[in-house]
Amino acid sequence: MDIKNTTKLFTSFFDANPRFKNYLPQALTLFFIIFVIGYFTYNAQVNMDNRGIDFGFRFLGEESSFDIQFSLIEYSGASTYARAYLVGLLNTILVAVIGIFFASILGVVIGISRLSPNYLIAKVAEWYIEIFRNIPLLLQLFFWYFAALRALPLPKEAINFFDISYLSVKGLYVPKFVWTNFDIFLYSIIASIIAIIFVLKYARKQQEQTGRRIPSFFISVGIIILIPLFTFLFGGVSLTFEYPVLKQMSETIYNYVGGVSIIPELMALALALSLYTATFIAECVRAGILGVTKGQKEAAASIGLTPAQVLRLVIMPQALRIIIPPTTNQYLNLTKNSSLAAAIAYPDIVLVFAGTAMMQTGRAIEIVSITMLTYLSLSIVISIFMNWYNRKMAIKEK
Amino acid sequence: MIKKLNFLGMPTRDKLNLFVSVGTLLFVLGIIDVILNSFFEMNITSFLPRWINYFTPLVFSFVGLHYIRIEFSGIRILDRLNKNINLNWFNAILTSLIIFVLIKNIPPLLNWLFFDADFIGTSKEECSREGACWIFVNVWFKRLIYGLYPNSEIWRINLSFLMLIGLVISAFFVTPKIKKYIIIFLLFIFPFIAMNLISGGNFGLEWVETPAWGGLSLTFIISIFALLFCFPVGMFLALGRRSSAPIVRYSSIGFIEFWRGVPLITVLFMASVMMPMFLPDGVYMDKLVRVIIAITLFEAAYMAEVIRGGLQALPRGQYDAGKSLGMGYWRMHLLVILPQALKLVIPGVANTFLALVKDTPLILVVGLLELVGMIDMAKTNPEWLGFATEGYVFAGVVFWIICYSMSRYSQYLERKYKTDR
Repeated sequence: MDIKNTTKLFTSFFDANPRFKNYLPQALTLFFIIFVIGYFTYNAQVNMDNRGIDFGFRFLGEESSFDIQFSLIEYSGASTYARAYLVGLLNTILVAVIGIFFASILGVVIGISRLSPNYLIAKVAEWYIEIFRNIPLLLQLFFWYFAALRALPLPKEAINFFDISYLSVKGLYVPKFVWTNFDIFLYSIIASIIAIIFVLKYARKQQEQTGRRIPSFFISVGIIILIPLFTFLFGGVSLTFEYPVLKQMSETIYNYVGGVSIIPELMALALALSLYTATFIAECVRAGILGVTKGQKEAAASIGLTPAQVLRLVIMPQALRIIIPPTTNQYLNLTKNSSLAAAIAYPDIVLVFAGTAMMQTGRAIEIVSITMLTYLSLSIVISIFMNWYNRKMAIKEK
Repeated sequence: MIKKLNFLGMPTRDKLNLFVSVGTLLFVLGIIDVILNSFFEMNITSFLPRWINYFTPLVFSFVGLHYIRIEFSGIRILDRLNKNINLNWFNAILTSLIIFVLIKNIPPLLNWLFFDADFIGTSKEECSREGACWIFVNVWFKRLIYGLYPNSEIWRINLSFLMLIGLVISAFFVTPKIKKYIIIFLLFIFPFIAMNLISGGNFGLEWVETPAWGGLSLTFIISIFALLFCFPVGMFLALGRRSSAPIVRYSSIGFIEFWRGVPLITVLFMASVMMPMFLPDGVYMDKLVRVIIAITLFEAAYMAEVIRGGLQALPRGQYDAGKSLGMGYWRMHLLVILPQALKLVIPGVANTFLALVKDTPLILVVGLLELVGMIDMAKTNPEWLGFATEGYVFAGVVFWIICYSMSRYSQYLERKYKTDR
């Protein structure tokens, strides 16, 4: 049979039954997906049978018997693999939050400086962006960790910040807060935040209805200082500091004890992530500010606002709408990039779980899937939160 | 505070010469103070208490800049200076801070990089250790570029890349008809030639195993192959995402969002430890191939989003026109939609490639050593301990040149295609 006739046959068949034409690609896709998944599952089954391992998540309850250098929660070698996973996850979240915090501040500052009328400031900001954006993050991380932070002095000659914090090659040692009745203090903070929300709402309502402006900013500051202060005076809350102290470990080895130690891995990671991501956030900020039409700026200036007021009251609220969606992407990238921690042995989820735990248990499929799903959920959580924020900031059509 | 400064009177045009000379003098004094402080260990203001002494240069230049801030002075240079770096007192402080920081830091940096550095030599004993020891990079240069590839065979890598560069450059200078053939040759035939040349094994070429590949050349091998393969996959995913058939659409969305939601490092882990489990029993796939497949799938998701942007940017009329000519889905996309959409996304593709090149150093977590990985190896060599900084600076400069020129090129493309429409 020649090809032309066959094609004709198919064409006439599809023309007569248009529903088939719609379903065919779907059926093919479905078949392809099922085939791929089925084939891989079958292979995995055969391979695991050959090696005498079975699929399952029961290993999570077993004793991990390895140590983790840095942990936010209680952890020891006797803890379970599930606990080790949690330690890794918390460390990942910790570094992501620190990174997002500093990257946002730095990014906004650099982004605004990039548009400064001052030639020098604008050029410095531009070169900062061009340099840090075009060097691979891993390389920057290695530079900070292996070159810059290794060049810090030994604990004995540590850089001293006002006798309370010390920076040395072993990390940054800062005072530790020792609280009594911390829960009461926490409740007071929550209570004052709720009070502030009410005050702000009331102030806005008053301004909309009567035009009277209530100094809500000063009232809010007052509330957040005064209410927690009362708990110190009457609630039995007290705060003391535990300062790091230099101690001789052996004849030549000194180290600091007490206080909170921020390990160099965490410092390098936070530094590299925020310096790198800040360049991208700066570009988002710049694009957002440039996206506000010139007329807005001129209108604001013509009613007598100062340049700072123009930026704060007119430009920024509008620019934020343009800035938020791409910045969300940068936050997601930062969170995903925090997995580079594994390369400098910061105990994040990749190093602890996909590294050490997998070496010990050999359960590649389970562990890699859990790790991937964790990052996937982190990404989804961040994007849901930022979508909510974006909706809140979006123009409300009346 | 500002008003008290005006004991000479408000800086005005009437006493222009006085103010400009006094202001310039003070500003220069501030700079001289910084220079003397940082390079000659002299302190001309040491008679003052320490906490004032520390800020004297700033005070000098601040007052100086205040005096020369005269609007419409009539002197062109002065007006431009005021407009650009001396707009108000806040700007003046920032300007002087930046100038002082630059004066303090740039000479030592240049000294370390060039003037005190050692360039020629063969062992680390020849380094004075005052500046950078570029001998380290010099000695390891071949390893950094070609990895552990045997020295006698390096010409094969060189030849492949020279051919690639030659073909790409020649494509710019020939007539459109020949250009088409060159591009087809580059996309469909050249990869096989290059692969054969580099891996060897036939035509009398010695077989070089993939663990020996490395260095900067591996960065390009991986990123070029991944780009080549991820393009068609990404195109299908982008079309699938815009398809009206729900199963096709949702499976494409699921695939794209999955890969975009996970970090590359977990993808690499998947390639190195999980993928062998999914292969049929007894089939062995080289680690480099697995990594390239994983990176391809990962990048295909990003590529799909880029191409989708191009598809969405096309006006509806193009689709309607295609349909009204009686074209089917594939004919319409191949002849009408994709040629236009792909032209639109060229800058986006360049950006994706840039991100890909920047991501390749990550492969060191699965034991493949490209440039950064080779430096990591070189710096732990017992003979060359303590040269991490030089290595990282070298790699940083190399990557920076590559990425910066690529980002510049993609910006140029963006501008070029913007004006076209």
